Amino acid sequence: MMETYDVVIVGGGPGGLSAAFSAWQNGAKKILVIERDRELGGILQQCIHNGFGLHHFKEELTGPGYAARCIELVKDKPEITTLVDTMVLEVRPDKTVVAVSPEKGLFTVQGKTVILTMGCRERTRGAIRIPGERPAGVFTAGAAQRMVNMEGYLPGKKIVILGSGDIGLIMARRMSLEGCKVQAVLEICPFSNGLTRNIVQCLDDFSIPLYLSHTIVKIKGRDRVEGVTVAKVDDKMRPIPGTEFDIDCDTLLLSVGLIPENELSTMLGVELAPLTNGPRVDQHRQTNLPGVYAAGNVVHVHDLVDFVSDEAEIAGKFAALEAQGKLDTDTRTVEVRAVNGVRTCVPQVLHLPEANESFRLFMRVGAPARKVTLEVKCGDEVVLSRMLPVVKPSEMIALDIPAEKAALMHDEITVGLKVKED
Amino acid sequence: MKFFRETDVVVIGGGIVGTAILRELSKYDLRCLLVEKEPDLAIGTTKANSAICHAGFDAPTGSLKASTNVRGNALYHEIQDELGLDIKWCGSLVVATEEEQVAQLEELLERGKANGVPGLKILSREEVLEQESNLTNAVAALWAPTAGVMWPFGCALKFAQCAVQNGAQVIRDCEVTGFVKEDGAIDLVNTTKGAIKTRFVINAAGVYADVVARMAGDESFSIHPRKGEYILFDKMAAADLVWGIVFPCPTKKSKGILVCTTTHGNTFIGPNAQDLDDEGREDTSVSTPGMDEIIAGARKLVPNLPMGAAITQFSGLRAVSDTGDFVLGASPVKGFFNAAGTQSPGLTAAPAIAEVLVEAIGKEMHLTRKTNFKAALPHKKAFNKMSLSEKTAVVAEDSQYGRVICRCETVTEGEIVDAIREPVGARTLDGVKRRTRAGMGRCQGGFCGPRVTQILARELQIPVPEVLKERQDSHMYYEKFAPEVDK
Amino acid sequence: METKVMNCIMCPLGCEMTVTLDDQGRFLSVTGNTCPRGAKYAENEITAPKRMLTTTVRIHGGLLPLLPVVSADVLPKEKVADCVAYLRTVEVNAPIATGDVVVENILGLGVNIVASRGMESLS
Repeated sequence: MMETYDVVIVGGGPGGLSAAFSAWQNGAKKILVIERDRELGGILQQCIHNGFGLHHFKEELTGPGYAARCIELVKDKPEITTLVDTMVLEVRPDKTVVAVSPEKGLFTVQGKTVILTMGCRERTRGAIRIPGERPAGVFTAGAAQRMVNMEGYLPGKKIVILGSGDIGLIMARRMSLEGCKVQAVLEICPFSNGLTRNIVQCLDDFSIPLYLSHTIVKIKGRDRVEGVTVAKVDDKMRPIPGTEFDIDCDTLLLSVGLIPENELSTMLGVELAPLTNGPRVDQHRQTNLPGVYAAGNVVHVHDLVDFVSDEAEIAGKFAALEAQGKLDTDTRTVEVRAVNGVRTCVPQVLHLPEANESFRLFMRVGAPARKVTLEVKCGDEVVLSRMLPVVKPSEMIALDIPAEKAALMHDEITVGLKVKED
Repeated sequence: MKFFRETDVVVIGGGIVGTAILRELSKYDLRCLLVEKEPDLAIGTTKANSAICHAGFDAPTGSLKASTNVRGNALYHEIQDELGLDIKWCGSLVVATEEEQVAQLEELLERGKANGVPGLKILSREEVLEQESNLTNAVAALWAPTAGVMWPFGCALKFAQCAVQNGAQVIRDCEVTGFVKEDGAIDLVNTTKGAIKTRFVINAAGVYADVVARMAGDESFSIHPRKGEYILFDKMAAADLVWGIVFPCPTKKSKGILVCTTTHGNTFIGPNAQDLDDEGREDTSVSTPGMDEIIAGARKLVPNLPMGAAITQFSGLRAVSDTGDFVLGASPVKGFFNAAGTQSPGLTAAPAIAEVLVEAIGKEMHLTRKTNFKAALPHKKAFNKMSLSEKTAVVAEDSQYGRVICRCETVTEGEIVDAIREPVGARTLDGVKRRTRAGMGRCQGGFCGPRVTQILARELQIPVPEVLKERQDSHMYYEKFAPEVDK
Repeated sequence: METKVMNCIMCPLGCEMTVTLDDQGRFLSVTGNTCPRGAKYAENEITAPKRMLTTTVRIHGGLLPLLPVVSADVLPKEKVADCVAYLRTVEVNAPIATGDVVVENILGLGVNIVASRGMESLS
């Protein structure tokens, strides 16, 4: 017969493991975590640098160290089963989950609830359309990172990195430490999307030039990359003719953004939000489908894994409560809309019970700014505001809403930066 | 003279034409082998073209192009099922967007009839829009129901596999470097792997066909490469583009920039036509002016192109001969035959070209048909196309089918291993990609590339740094702890 | 006297600071910082810059061929390259537990190199 679980979790990265632990803490008796890779921990296993965990574990950890903590949380608990080397092929609206592994073959399990924690993937060369040949030596930064840090291979010896997000910067340092020459990091935006700390310690420490407002207009080389042609871009990010110059390299690493991985969600019928490219969720991380939850990078791309864990714990808790019939379903619906400089906000909708409850909003702004006021409004009324010394698109803003403030919300709230009055 | 193989016929070039010829030869009691300079078959012109099985109204009546096109189209209809070829018979439209062009359609219709193309018909604007609602500029169109789109690589591979199952050999990474003649007739083919003793050579070397012919002493024709660039769109954009094959009215040089579906459900626009010099035989780069040209061309057919859904760009080279037609059959050099200049409609014509070449060989040696020719190839279904019960069964039989390597296209380790081990199997990352679709999805191999590389290394019993992406020098990785990196 | 411009990394503000040095390159003063943490960082970065080190060493008998390792404390910045070069020669055997010391007191700098994660023995 088909096995039934209180909670079935798709993905055994930090999100899935945190969700499992939280579901266990909140009384779920049978929890299944399904991971496609050969071990638990997700992409953190290849992020060997440190800087993780200060918020969530109150301690600075490496990626594998953070993963180890998460794995520790689910280990040796008879209520939690974890499967590795197992791919979920389909999640159906009735919350049956079809998966396959070499060990167990093809099997179907029934979830009372399902949590989607599939994470995200990297944008590729195709998505950004770089002209030129299609030689070997063009890698996404993450694919190269896995080979270097987990498998023992280098993608090349003379490297150019496109994109100055943290993954690009971290890889610049990694490749330098591995004895490779990093020729340049190129960024199409007029500002870097990485932490200042990483600019200093990953680029400046190794004298790696960072070209802002530059992009690659041509990849050269037939069999293997032989170089790139770079140009300055105008304020619309279009290459400026006449500014081209060549950089010699055998490898191009792309760090040009991450996309939530929602193929299973889409197949299942989960509604996605346009700007985050992830499921539209409420404050419990429930999607538009009853009993289907989502958390972590599959909902929106995070910069801190700590927030992934926090968010997954919310999903785990409420999925566990729903599986036990303890979730208050008598709620009022409040839409959450990002306005005035705030580009995205998760959750996108609130289902608030009579008793109200506290929750947290996660936001990203569209452009960097200093000394701004973040406002949560319901109609014309300011429910909550907070001064922020600096905001950047690359840094997610978290805002806790206490229950008594939630009580003031009805129909629709907006979150935005206060418009400055001259 | 030392040689490492002895055979009756050497086919040079493993594109669609070479493989079709090899398969045709394998129907007869003779020894035949094919040499390909690249690590995989069909990665020249066959890899990057419009992938259309043309109806045959375009070429001048009486030309080799016309006769082999119409015959080739009919042959694909015949052999599609036994080989398991991926062809979608969607028909084609040549669209007139101005009243003056209607006369051109009439001309094409008459030429088509003279060439023996069945089912041609002129459609009114209304009839065109009924089929393709985005062709809002259409005035009228020529409808050719026998045209289709195909997967040229898959087709060349199946031709080769069919030939191999009938005793032919395929040798890759084997470039022809010269010929040795005996009494003016071909005796040996020198290659990078050694000499091959043979009675006949068939030259199907694509954009290098004239170079190979000159090595043999045949200077009767020359080839120049003509580059065509393309833009490919995501499957979801099909509704905003076209469902079938849509040509503009042709120009002297080419069939024009078309808007066309593929067997995988994507849509492309292109190609343009840039004549390159001899140096251009390897130039498959794409350029911004080229992109602009094909976008402008395609807009004449579909005014509202969904450019945001473009996923990749590529280009291919057509082998254009100076004779104006295909160069098929015996050459001035005894024992040396050409299947050259096979630009469009070469893909469609390939099985018919094969018949022409074998007939030409038949004039030089007595050919006996095999009684036990195995025409059918075993059919394999992709894991992600299987029903749940089929999946359950295949995983139960071989646990490697239970390990999904490519997440985007749900390709299993079992399928990748099969693609490497099958006749004329994959030896490169791109070879695995073409055979299984692993790495063709949204992440473009970001997740599965490293794993496929490791599977290739394991199956081919070579170190990971020796695994290639595509061509001879396309190495992917270096050993992290290799001494030269230590410094 | 010499001045040097640097970005503070202590918080997301990323203040641009100007540090004044004496003729021997010693720290004198800093401007542009918003808080005392910035001043402290600037002084440290000039007088004795320190870095954490993370890298990998070869491991035998485990699920993976590499074991990620981390310095238990910060190292002098100028010694990082030497430490990496040394760690390239280090090989360990599974099983290893998270936090196990892989290299004690690396290059006499008083800092241990420890395993970032555990790895069980496959056999």
